[in-house]
Amino acid sequence: MRIPCPLCGDRDHREFTYKGAAVALDRPGNSDWSDDWDSYIHLRDNPAGDTDEMWWHGAGCGGWLVVTRNTVTHEVKAARMAADVKGAGA
Amino acid sequence: MRYSGWQVFKQGLTGNKGWSKAWRSPEPKPEYDIIIIGGGGHGLATAYYLAAKHGLTNVAVVEKGYLGGGNIGRNTTIVRANYFLPGNSEFYSHSLKLWEGLEAELNYNVMHSQRGIINLFHSDGQRDAAARRGNAMINQGDDAILLGRDEVRKMLPYLDHDNGRFPIFGGLYHPRGGTARHDAVAWGYARGADSRGVDLIQQCEVTGIDSENGKVTGVQTTRGPIRAKKVAMVAAGRSSQVAAMAGMRLPIESHVLQAFVTEGLKPVIDNVVTFGMGHFYISQSDKGGLVFGGDLDMYASYAARGNLPTAEHVMEAGMTLMPMLGKAKLLRSWGGIMDMSADGSPIIDKTHIDGLFVNCGWNYGGFKAVPASGYALAHLMANDVPHETAEAFRLDRFNTGHGIMDEEGRGAQHNLH
Repeated sequence: MRIPCPLCGDRDHREFTYKGAAVALDRPGNSDWSDDWDSYIHLRDNPAGDTDEMWWHGAGCGGWLVVTRNTVTHEVKAARMAADVKGAGA
Repeated sequence: MRYSGWQVFKQGLTGNKGWSKAWRSPEPKPEYDIIIIGGGGHGLATAYYLAAKHGLTNVAVVEKGYLGGGNIGRNTTIVRANYFLPGNSEFYSHSLKLWEGLEAELNYNVMHSQRGIINLFHSDGQRDAAARRGNAMINQGDDAILLGRDEVRKMLPYLDHDNGRFPIFGGLYHPRGGTARHDAVAWGYARGADSRGVDLIQQCEVTGIDSENGKVTGVQTTRGPIRAKKVAMVAAGRSSQVAAMAGMRLPIESHVLQAFVTEGLKPVIDNVVTFGMGHFYISQSDKGGLVFGGDLDMYASYAARGNLPTAEHVMEAGMTLMPMLGKAKLLRSWGGIMDMSADGSPIIDKTHIDGLFVNCGWNYGGFKAVPASGYALAHLMANDVPHETAEAFRLDRFNTGHGIMDEEGRGAQHNLH
């Protein structure tokens, strides 16, 4: 797999560390434990197909990316800076 | 037909024309008492124990592909009971005991071979951890022997004992651990369930789970609707997709775990050897192939194949541990789809829908768990209370925080196990 980092260009996936589904951008606002927190930390859609996930470009720019990737074919379709996605209200 | 040495002899002399099919291929009936979604090891074992232990035979197993076509045919066949945490420990201990009686129980040769497992360690700290784990295993009633440097050298002379980075300090030896013939386990349970009246329905994909007023009423399939009083989702590898039909999100992320096999060689590796520091373990199949694997590719995947960086890492670890491995030719590699749960331990429980049960989250441990998993789920479905060995495998432990079983001590979050 190669991941098209918006800052560094097309790079081998070994340069990146996988974090998981991009739910990390939707941290619940309330700090008390609730089903929202269970959902945020534990529950996953876990789709067989296209999914948005977080990757960290540790051996490159150090940026956090939201990568759209197909979990069945491993095809990487897009990569955006997580800060931009978060800023757009995702 | 009862299998025996005499049958092999008799059929051999008569052109092998007298063998009957091991199970029927029935059309689905309009209604069953119980439907099991998933004809893999766990589903077939559940059906078998429902029939054999609880007398419940109005049961169907519906499988979208063919019996045993999923992870039961894609693992590295290791059977062991060397878990540490209460909850896991008694469950896998029970499973190993069931394994030890399985061939007699099923009248089927699953080629269970208790050749022993040795977990290597490479430092004083790791030796302490191994001793502690061994004591936990002994307390559970299983077997563990702490081997020193010289004993490992004698048992496994082919390892690079004086490796500069990972010198071998010793190993934790689990003599009752070993391997089994993976497909045969599915086939043996299938034959046993079928002969007791369970319908095994292949090429029948579940497309919906029906419920009314919070109670399950049946499933929709590619071969029409089937009504049922109870339904179990036993589809590890596709658990999230099946559960989504019931409106559930599971605490699971699916990952690919690769495995490899070499060409057939003369007997050279007598036991199962694990090299945890390198993410590598190896055994030799009865056919002669060296079967080995490593760690996850570490990203979500349903591809049933991995990428080359992980393959390279596994080969490097293998060469570090046993340089002779470099002379073998790799025959093939493949990947299995792991239900990775948030704490690395499985789930066997009821759901928010009355009569709907879930069995999932087996991480890397699904194969050895097959007998006890089927046993426990059958017990839960028949008696409405969990079996004593599987009480800890609760679906709600993540939300409540009670009873998290983080065997590796890494934290109960995804992508850490």
